[in-house]
Amino acid sequence: MQNLIEIKGVRHAYRTDAGPLPVLDGLEISVPEGGFIAVVGPSGCGKSTLTRLIAGLMKPDEGEVWLHGERVRGPRSTVGMAFQNPVLLEWRTILKNVLLPLEIVPSKLSKKQAEDRARFLLSLVGLEGFEDKRPSELSGGMRQRASLCRALIHQPDVLILDEPFGALDAFTREDLWQTMHRVKEREPFTGVLITHDLRESIFLADQVVVLSGRPARTQYVLDIPSDGPRTLDDLYTPIAAEQLNILRHQIQIAQGRAPAEEART
Amino acid sequence: MTAWKTLRGIAVPLIAVVIFLAFWEWLVWVNGWPKFKMAAPSDLPPAYERHWNLFLTMGWQTLWRTVLGLLLAVLFGTLLGMIMGFSRLMRDALYPLLVGFNAIPKATVVPIVALMFVGQHDFNTVLLAFMISFFPIAVSVSIGLSTLEPEYRDILRSLGASQATIFWKIALPKTLPEFFGALKVAVTLAFIGTNLMEIVSPHGRGLGALFDSGRTNSDFPLMFAVLIALAFLGIVLYYIVVALEKIFAGWAERTPG
Repeated sequence: MQNLIEIKGVRHAYRTDAGPLPVLDGLEISVPEGGFIAVVGPSGCGKSTLTRLIAGLMKPDEGEVWLHGERVRGPRSTVGMAFQNPVLLEWRTILKNVLLPLEIVPSKLSKKQAEDRARFLLSLVGLEGFEDKRPSELSGGMRQRASLCRALIHQPDVLILDEPFGALDAFTREDLWQTMHRVKEREPFTGVLITHDLRESIFLADQVVVLSGRPARTQYVLDIPSDGPRTLDDLYTPIAAEQLNILRHQIQIAQGRAPAEEART
Repeated sequence: MTAWKTLRGIAVPLIAVVIFLAFWEWLVWVNGWPKFKMAAPSDLPPAYERHWNLFLTMGWQTLWRTVLGLLLAVLFGTLLGMIMGFSRLMRDALYPLLVGFNAIPKATVVPIVALMFVGQHDFNTVLLAFMISFFPIAVSVSIGLSTLEPEYRDILRSLGASQATIFWKIALPKTLPEFFGALKVAVTLAFIGTNLMEIVSPHGRGLGALFDSGRTNSDFPLMFAVLIALAFLGIVLYYIVVALEKIFAGWAERTPG
């Protein structure tokens, strides 16, 4: 299978007053079409930089980012993004917020078709009946659902999620995890999820990439095999406990709290 | 219940105004102040009646010059705010200049402007109204633009949107609540500018000049009548801005509950 996202030997440093601050150092990541990877790592290790590189919002100092067999040199309309902050436009209704990307990206859909698609996505995430509400009338979780619909409206082939559930309470978060599975079933995409939550990473992704502390490189990759749809109960099985254990240990290595020689790649 | 609420909404402020006027009338009466020392509310209707034509023409003069000055301030202030909001370099360069300019009491600028453009009363008045009111607009627009969260930009930029598109679709509407907040301040300031020039410059026109002629004749009823006319114009302009705000930035108002 062709890899949809290919990150090869990426190095990047931010210029600061105190000299260059390297954040990424020899990053290697590949995601097959339809794959869903979760990226975990210590705070400030350059995870958000990684999303900006994939989205073409910035260029790496060294190395290459490839999407769909094409080298990324700038922003591409085939990417959808959602952040921890849902950044909905307060002066637009939820429906108009979801439709925003179609005002930028050339689309074959007519106005009616676009609206129908937006309504379909909103119903998929459980926001039926909220189309004409303003963002301020919605709860944090509902806003995040709307933000997800906006990221998907233009049928991107890559969905970048930068800690989208980080600011939500535990129950809402688990609800949204299940929503993600439902969405992926109906609207297939290739996903990159940045997260701090190890349970989230093994529940949603089929591969978890652990980044080392700054400057980040790929430290460990854990495959999460799956047979059939996942349920929240799967998180309380011995297999899940074992996976979480491995990841927790890898994070400790990344943070420099466990001896590094145990790291496997 | 709602009828009672509407009635209350009208009656309460009305009663407060009546009490205030009665207190004022009483104060003048109990001190026995003559008309060349202080005016009572009962002196005002005759003053309006006597100078009705003057009030209309002078009031119109003051109004159009204030509004024109304000419009120029909106245009220039927005432009300046955009320049400072988008460019860190321009902000660093222009901000101290702007603060310094704003710190000068505008009353001291009046004689300078009056001397520079002798006889051009309309131009001078508009210029002063403009100079005094563009500052809050420029500052609010620049702050509104420079504090835009980067995620807002990224959402559109990742789709390949141009800077202009990002400005029209996100930055501009997002700045509107701050802009209207500043415009409410600017309306009051613009009136101060117009009146300063009208009062100070010789052979001036407008309500300020009418006030000045009342002053030279110790005609207190006329002076107070002008003050109330000015307050009336100020209130009308203020509520026009409020109405515009409701139309263009009504979304920023949260309905309670």
